[in-house]
Amino acid sequence: MRVGIPRTLSFFTLYPLLKPFFDGLGVEVVVSPASNKALLDEGVKDTVNDACVPIKLFHGHVVALKDKVDVLFMPRIISLDGKNTLCPKFLGLPDMVKYSVSNLPEIIETRLDMKKGKMEIYRFLYRVGKRFTDNKVKILRAIWHARYKFSRYRKLLLKGLTPEEAFTCLHTGQEPPHKEQSGQIKLAVLGYPYTIYDDYISVGLLDMLREQGVRVYTAEMVPEEAMKRMSKKLPKNLFWYYSNRVVWGSQYYINEQNIDGIIHVTAFSCGPDSMTNKLVELEAKQHQPKIPFLTITVDEHTGEAGVATRVEAFVDLIKRKKGII
Amino acid sequence: MKISFPYMGTSHIVVSYLFEKLGFEVIYPPTPSKRTLSLGVQYAPEFACLPFKIVLGTYLEVVEKGAEILITSGGCGPCRAGYYGELHKRILHDLGYPVEMIVIEPPLVEPLDFLRKLHKIVKPKGIFNLLHYGRIALEKLKALDVVESTLHELRPLALDKQQINQAYIEGLELIRQADSVKEVIEAKKAALEMLESVPADHTFKPLRIGLIGEIYVVLEPAANHDIERLLGERGAYVHRSIFLANWTRDNVLAHGEKDIRAMAIPYLNQMVGGHGQNSVGEVVRYAEEGFDGVIQLAPFTCIPEIVAKSIMPAVSRDKNIPVMTLFLDEQTGQAGIETRIEAFLDLLWQKRKKQEAS
Repeated sequence: MRVGIPRTLSFFTLYPLLKPFFDGLGVEVVVSPASNKALLDEGVKDTVNDACVPIKLFHGHVVALKDKVDVLFMPRIISLDGKNTLCPKFLGLPDMVKYSVSNLPEIIETRLDMKKGKMEIYRFLYRVGKRFTDNKVKILRAIWHARYKFSRYRKLLLKGLTPEEAFTCLHTGQEPPHKEQSGQIKLAVLGYPYTIYDDYISVGLLDMLREQGVRVYTAEMVPEEAMKRMSKKLPKNLFWYYSNRVVWGSQYYINEQNIDGIIHVTAFSCGPDSMTNKLVELEAKQHQPKIPFLTITVDEHTGEAGVATRVEAFVDLIKRKKGII
Repeated sequence: MKISFPYMGTSHIVVSYLFEKLGFEVIYPPTPSKRTLSLGVQYAPEFACLPFKIVLGTYLEVVEKGAEILITSGGCGPCRAGYYGELHKRILHDLGYPVEMIVIEPPLVEPLDFLRKLHKIVKPKGIFNLLHYGRIALEKLKALDVVESTLHELRPLALDKQQINQAYIEGLELIRQADSVKEVIEAKKAALEMLESVPADHTFKPLRIGLIGEIYVVLEPAANHDIERLLGERGAYVHRSIFLANWTRDNVLAHGEKDIRAMAIPYLNQMVGGHGQNSVGEVVRYAEEGFDGVIQLAPFTCIPEIVAKSIMPAVSRDKNIPVMTLFLDEQTGQAGIETRIEAFLDLLWQKRKKQEAS
């Protein structure tokens, strides 16, 4: 039995939970290859033209997986923190894919709604496990194991590892390499994990910045208690999990971390981001002193040279302002 | 205190009446124009949807005229329109307009907050005043809906389309002037008579088209290039899925629309915010009621409608009903819409002829 997990969207949040879980059940996990041009082209063919790049890419990953696996894992994720929902496209994702891609294998579209309580994540895994085995002890043991790996993954992210590096650490069991970022300026790069950590969509933005002597901070490096603190600062929070993390992350870096600038990475025509982007922009503008703010919009035609030019100009401006060059 | 509010369809007649009677000075929001839209586009986020931009433009126009309080509806997601009040406020403050924004959250979700804001609005003249005029306002809302749906029925039949459009505008004016429940009912009757007195060809069998989609672009002619008129003048009867009175009843005062959502469940078993799930369910309903086709209207980048659109081909195939989706934004031109509508109607006429022949 092979289960396929597309390498995008919730992958960067949930994979370290799912991989050990399926391993514990004795199910082989197949992950789609890293995003590339062929995958995206395939996705663009099947998706409605109005959808955003990550959704199109998701369809591409599904097409890449569909003939190699017996079951496709595509849960309907309603809420990940018990308060906020996800973008409506996540809510309707299994339906969108079902009616857009033909010849699909069986789909697991189990609902994950953390609004039902803290234990829901285990009940969710249990319901998924039931699909593969009737052995309750085996499922519970797999959940226990997954839980341990998952909490380790979150700690690794806080240390500043990218998800890919953290996956390798978890897989090989090695201690994480000691990573001390060097560089003269500190930039917060905010965006959804599936755009900034997907090197194909973000055209290698994080590495590009590091090469220019920038210390990069993302929303995944913000401690959970700080996120909670920031969530009480706004008069009204946004409705979406990932967007809220971007807003709270920006608040944390602006007010408590003395950041030099903010880069917001967003996908073309992203609905939630139209709100998020303006909110972060206004917060950065209203802070004393003003924080430089740059928006990078990515879509299926984004070229590396275009992004590089804008990012270099932005970094140079900040360096000049600080008197480094 | 000078108060103003967003402009949507014919709702301004009722809303302005209510606030005047509550003791406010109402700054009348102008009908959205090119200027409204370009003002909105200038200061709105690029990918915010068309309603956000038109409403922001309206706000900028009314604060120029001196509005001090803006009143609008809130929401609790996952559709982003629920956050528009808050973001509009921040943008206006950033531009240097110190307006007060009263965002009314859904009473069923946040009852205390709702009562607090209601208290603020009602305070000048007291609760009995609200109950008295609230009833008249509700009656006006119902009257507007009846007159509008009659217009939809009669317009494709009317021999002179100009004349019936004019009769409708005069009818609206009568309802606007009415000042008691009795007068509203009389105005409604008079408006209906005016519409019916326009010479019409009652033997003509118009195409029956369902109009679905996001509430603002469905209700506001400035956003959809008056698509109901365009369709009506081309001999199609338009049935609109959303009317003000039933929407107010189902979404503000109670959790309604369960039957429509139930129809959507085989295709989309999840509330996706806005009117996404309703749109899917309504196509099923229109197909079962024997409509000739459905037009889905949505603002560009509207998330719930994108989800609905990607499921639409399957529904359309299963239920054998043609569906055309129009995404609208500030770049949309009327000629483009007309071309697409005419092509769509041509196809529907041919389909009907084929069915009649066989």
